[in-house]
Amino acid sequence: MAIYAQPPSATRDKPTFWLGVRDAAPFLLVVVPFALLFGVLATEAGLNVFEALFYSVAVIAGAAQFASLSLLQDGAPVFIALASALAVNLRMAMYSASLTPYLGEAPLWKRALVAYFLVDQSYACSVTAYEDHPQWTLAQKLGYFAGVAVPICIPWYIATIVGALLGSAIPPELALDFAAPITFIAMVGPMMRTVAHMAAAATSVALALSFAWVPYNGGLLIAAIAAMMVGARLELLMEKRK
Amino acid sequence: MIDRVDLWAVIIGLGLGSFLLRFVFLGIIGSRPMPEWLLRHLRYTAVAVLPALVAPMVAWPAGTDGVFDLARFLAAVVTLGLGIFLRNTIMAILGGAATLYLVLWITG
Repeated sequence: MAIYAQPPSATRDKPTFWLGVRDAAPFLLVVVPFALLFGVLATEAGLNVFEALFYSVAVIAGAAQFASLSLLQDGAPVFIALASALAVNLRMAMYSASLTPYLGEAPLWKRALVAYFLVDQSYACSVTAYEDHPQWTLAQKLGYFAGVAVPICIPWYIATIVGALLGSAIPPELALDFAAPITFIAMVGPMMRTVAHMAAAATSVALALSFAWVPYNGGLLIAAIAAMMVGARLELLMEKRK
Repeated sequence: MIDRVDLWAVIIGLGLGSFLLRFVFLGIIGSRPMPEWLLRHLRYTAVAVLPALVAPMVAWPAGTDGVFDLARFLAAVVTLGLGIFLRNTIMAILGGAATLYLVLWITG
């Protein structure tokens, strides 16, 4: 980023907040059912509405919430429930590292806010947009992130409450359990830009299935780290061949 | 019934732990430059993590207690295909959901 070329006013920066809202809006279709389902399961596990809501506000991470809740329900010790759910969330540290080159210059409190709202969908939307718009200023990048975070996270809280109130009135025939996998797959598809991306994704799938037996979701980490190495290695090889 | 102390220990511990995981690089490294080899790996974060998260959900769906399910598998395949060829997330989601309900309805 140029040191002297600070844009003097907001007039030079096209606001990006609404662009973020627009890009994130489709995820309502999947965030809402997923959070509804969490609210329903929380009620079935004996949590009241406030406890279910606090769960969603404190954690905002579907997979980790489901994992820890079901472990608690099975009578697992607190340590196991925590370790397992945090292992699922280790990917957030990778997202954090991945966004640092784009947002690292923001003031600490803004970086803390970004960190709180960093979930799969807000990460996937913003990293794609930052790659597509390298000319964006820091203010535009932060504006876009806020625009993405609002329609993803606020409905997450609200739908948790609704799910907890509805309880088991939602029939299992709706197959809401599959809302999450479909969203994730739909986010990954457009990311398959190069052979390196495809090889990384294929490695990730193959190893996640092979190492699914590793306790505490260790297979996810093995698969993710190996897949990143495959992607990075192939990128290097392709650059050398040019 | 889940013990209330256990429940709150998990909610608060998981909330704090998740925030720290999200904050660790953004907060501590900030604007300091990161080495090229690290950035090269980070470019593949999303395509390395998300498929690993999803693959077991497709192979052993929670909704069928871990039993392979044709409807869910076909929905995943259609979603991926549409995502790759149309490069449009929402069309992929709609196509995947339509496939899921159609096959669930056919197979009863």
